[in-house]
Amino acid sequence: MKIEGKKQIWKEYQKEIPDNDFFYVRSCIRQNLFPASEVIFLKILREELGKNVYETPHHTTCGGIGYHSDIVPLETVMTIIARQFALMTEAGFENYACSCITSFGLYSEIIETWNHFPELLEKTRKSLKDATGREFNIPKTLSHASDVIYKLRNEIAEKAKYKLINKHTGKPLKVVEHIGCHYSKMFPNKGVGGAEFPYVLQGMIESWGGEIVDYPERRHCCGFGFRQYLIQANRGYSLANTHKKFESMEPFEPDMIITNCPGCPFFLDRWQYVIAETEGKCYGAKGQGIPVFTYEEVAGMVLGYDPWDLGLQVHQIAVEPLLDKIGIPYNPETKYQGLNGKDLGEPEFPSNIRCC
Amino acid sequence: MKSIAIIGAGIAGLSAASDLSKKGHKVYLIEKNVEIGGHVAQWDRLFPSQKEAKIVVDELVKNLNNRAEVLANSEVQHCEKKDNKFELILTGNKNLLVDTILVTTGFDTFRAQRKEEYGYGIYENVITSADLEQLFKKHNVVCKTGNPPKRVAFVHCVGSRDEKVGNRHCSKVCCVTAVKQACEIKELYPDCEVYNLYMDLRMFDRHFEDMYHEAQSKYHVNFIRGRLSEAGENKDHQVVLKTEDTLAGKPLKLTVDLLVLMIGMEACHSQKSLNAKLGVRSDTDGFLSTKDIFTQNNFSNTDGVFFAGTCTGPKTIPETFADARAAASLVNAYLMS
Repeated sequence: MKIEGKKQIWKEYQKEIPDNDFFYVRSCIRQNLFPASEVIFLKILREELGKNVYETPHHTTCGGIGYHSDIVPLETVMTIIARQFALMTEAGFENYACSCITSFGLYSEIIETWNHFPELLEKTRKSLKDATGREFNIPKTLSHASDVIYKLRNEIAEKAKYKLINKHTGKPLKVVEHIGCHYSKMFPNKGVGGAEFPYVLQGMIESWGGEIVDYPERRHCCGFGFRQYLIQANRGYSLANTHKKFESMEPFEPDMIITNCPGCPFFLDRWQYVIAETEGKCYGAKGQGIPVFTYEEVAGMVLGYDPWDLGLQVHQIAVEPLLDKIGIPYNPETKYQGLNGKDLGEPEFPSNIRCC
Repeated sequence: MKSIAIIGAGIAGLSAASDLSKKGHKVYLIEKNVEIGGHVAQWDRLFPSQKEAKIVVDELVKNLNNRAEVLANSEVQHCEKKDNKFELILTGNKNLLVDTILVTTGFDTFRAQRKEEYGYGIYENVITSADLEQLFKKHNVVCKTGNPPKRVAFVHCVGSRDEKVGNRHCSKVCCVTAVKQACEIKELYPDCEVYNLYMDLRMFDRHFEDMYHEAQSKYHVNFIRGRLSEAGENKDHQVVLKTEDTLAGKPLKLTVDLLVLMIGMEACHSQKSLNAKLGVRSDTDGFLSTKDIFTQNNFSNTDGVFFAGTCTGPKTIPETFADARAAASLVNAYLMS
């Protein structure tokens, strides 16, 4: 692997990412799957880095799941998105930042569609005005939240208490990155580093001390693929995709996986359990799994936040072996306590995949 | 004595320079590179006869017999037509006053890095057809590890017939070059498995079909109809290919030790700036626009400026020579009129 070749490509795919004053919208599903990620994003930006981030409880879904499942028509999605932009306009912001990759892809697609077909933009403006009385501006900048963390990665590194380094060997942790199909596969120039060799997560990992592992199925879908999972009869496809990725990355012996999509960390995390239970196969060392993180969780880890405040206890694959490798302290006694000290109850432990 | 400036000292320029100097004209042969001979000089052996490329270039130089003034490492900076003559200013402020100009600027090979999904310049064992010719010349066709390849794949149409990179045209010579190179690999390493991934095989010229037949019957080269979708690199630095066998209707995954990208021809990247200086223009594919595609294929729209070779579109070597000879004849007629 020649890093110089990658650097040449990265030069061609740089985008404008603001460093302050964001209108932030959350994902429909991330709070259920990785409950602290969005809160940690806000905490890092506001409290650690002193940035101005605005969010409103009035925002809704972008319509992406319905759109990609062929349930919600394009015109409806355009109007939903126009309403989101109206909320941004009313709040006096121009920099739109979203938590969800599918939303990011859809916003990019709709803005591009409006650029090519101005009559659709006018139709959407009229639909929104007729339905809600609202008007909107198209954002000056559109960022995925991972773009923002990428932009601020070195500021985070300056405040970091830990590095992504194996404290026992002194070597960088080997990290697999997975950007999610909707980040830049549709519009390579909208993502940092493009679609084939994306840099958004790699940039974070490099800044925080780790080393990226490239493997043949790096570009492959995590297994979500919407129809592969949303339609119950298709779920074997979902599992087969995830299985393919793990088989491909296994020889590289990665220490962890970093993702920036709502679905990807969920499927890469949960299907490891299913593979272990059905096939008896584990992809981590010593019969363990490979822990999977969101980029906010990784940022929180290096900043020294309590792992249980990051929601790492709800992961399927246990994170303790990785925390031990880095040297991040944790209290096993409080793992299943809620923020108010309430006992959340211990989950049933898997039979074929070791937790620690 | 009449004078001609030939821009480009590839095989078309060398051939025309030889013909025109034999007619008693003063020929200036302008070449932007240090070496003359163009792309052919970089090649090892040529289809369909396996003649050494060096011999072809040497024959051209010998025919020229020092009758032309070769201006290597020079480019046209300025050109102005004055009283039926062309005043040229070259790199280093060298001035020429000539009666006519013959453009033989040729082509550039496609920059394989633009097909990002194939990993050229990133994966250790992804090379281009031009790189492979260099390895043939050095008698050193090995993987990065230094070991002979056990499995090699050739990908046809890299940068040709590809709207995504803005090249709709066929480069004509890549199919048969892939067949030639596949057979050469088998000659070197008879046990090596060789695969050609193609869209369709354009064996249009004399002996080409025979080569294709021999590749299958004698060398047992595998031909798979399907384009490569992406390449990855495994831990052993082998290249993992995802493609499709469109005849069998099945997706295909193939792990190879060496991946060869058959890079196509593109119009010379410096052509556009030269066009403005000479008052000529390019077509939508970037190659030069001739006065008439059927009857005046060597004429530009500027009186006194002629074209020859691949600057007007992809050509084989015999086609390039035929074109260069035709252009030389027309230039001579123009000068004598």
